[in-house]
Amino acid sequence: MVSAFRIFIEFFKIGFFTVGSGFVMIPIIQDTVVNRRKWLTDEEFMDALSVAQSAPGPNIVSLGILIGWRLRRIQGFIAGALGTILPSFLIILVIAMMANNVRDNPYVIAAFKGVKPAVISLILIPLIGLCKSAKIKGWAYIIPLLVCGGVVFCGISPIYAILLAILFGAIRGIRK
Amino acid sequence: MILLELFLSFFKIGLFSFGGGYAMLALIQDEVVTRHHWVTMGEFTDIIAISQITPGPISINSATYIGYKTTNSIWGSVMTTFGVSLPSFLVIAFLIYFIAKCKNSPVLKSILLALRPVVIGMVLTAAVLLMNKENIFDIYSYIILVVSSVLSYYKKLSAFGMFIASSIVGILLYA
Repeated sequence: MVSAFRIFIEFFKIGFFTVGSGFVMIPIIQDTVVNRRKWLTDEEFMDALSVAQSAPGPNIVSLGILIGWRLRRIQGFIAGALGTILPSFLIILVIAMMANNVRDNPYVIAAFKGVKPAVISLILIPLIGLCKSAKIKGWAYIIPLLVCGGVVFCGISPIYAILLAILFGAIRGIRK
Repeated sequence: MILLELFLSFFKIGLFSFGGGYAMLALIQDEVVTRHHWVTMGEFTDIIAISQITPGPISINSATYIGYKTTNSIWGSVMTTFGVSLPSFLVIAFLIYFIAKCKNSPVLKSILLALRPVVIGMVLTAAVLLMNKENIFDIYSYIILVVSSVLSYYKKLSAFGMFIASSIVGILLYA
């Protein structure tokens, strides 16, 4: 059985080295828990991600808690929460305490100009694997595109897409 | 009492923000700049900038930063960070209980199945939103985007390797 400490360490490492929003962390968490550690299958990860995305608050914290719970129940719950929260907390605390800003350093600025485009690939490429494990085929490909188009071009909140999917899934489930 | 106010304010932010980081920004701004005047708009922009170059979820970053700024003590940060995460704890705990109860229900299975393409759409959205002028600003950014995509697809380059490689490229190109 996976120890709670191991769960904490894996999330802490991911949190410490991932720049940008929580979305960037999703493919990295997937790579760690599915490919490298083999704690979950691709499908189990997708289900955890669906639940995390449907809950309020920071998605990564929700995802960490869910994966932690699956692996080690209450100990994993706590390990997942601390592992996802602590890295940002500690780094920001240090930055807030220091008067001089790291982001004024010209080397840091230059490095991040290189990192930013690469971060987009880190989100895009794992989508190919996610589509395969979600068993999306044929006309269903239009759903992710519709969600994306709606949010990007029409400014619609993704909450509506989630609610619609829950409603649609529930109706189809009841009919079976 | 400022600590309680901070906690309540960030609890509210955590509770009403769905859809992750970028969706939370507007809500955080309304709460900490417009309502409570804990930070100015300029400081808030700084916080976003700091969040973009530091690891972790933007909500946790801004909570920690604003907590420290307003109280000048770690306890402010602890209260805000706990406040913004607590709704996640509660809702997920409820969902775990609910899912365990209905694990074999065909309705729940069907709902999770229907959510999959939506979740993929949300991840795609994040990538598309990041392709803005701030992140892709010259011909080199396009090249980095294409090369890093190819490397991560064919060579399975890890995220950390990608981070190190692209920051070296960034320093060589722009410093």
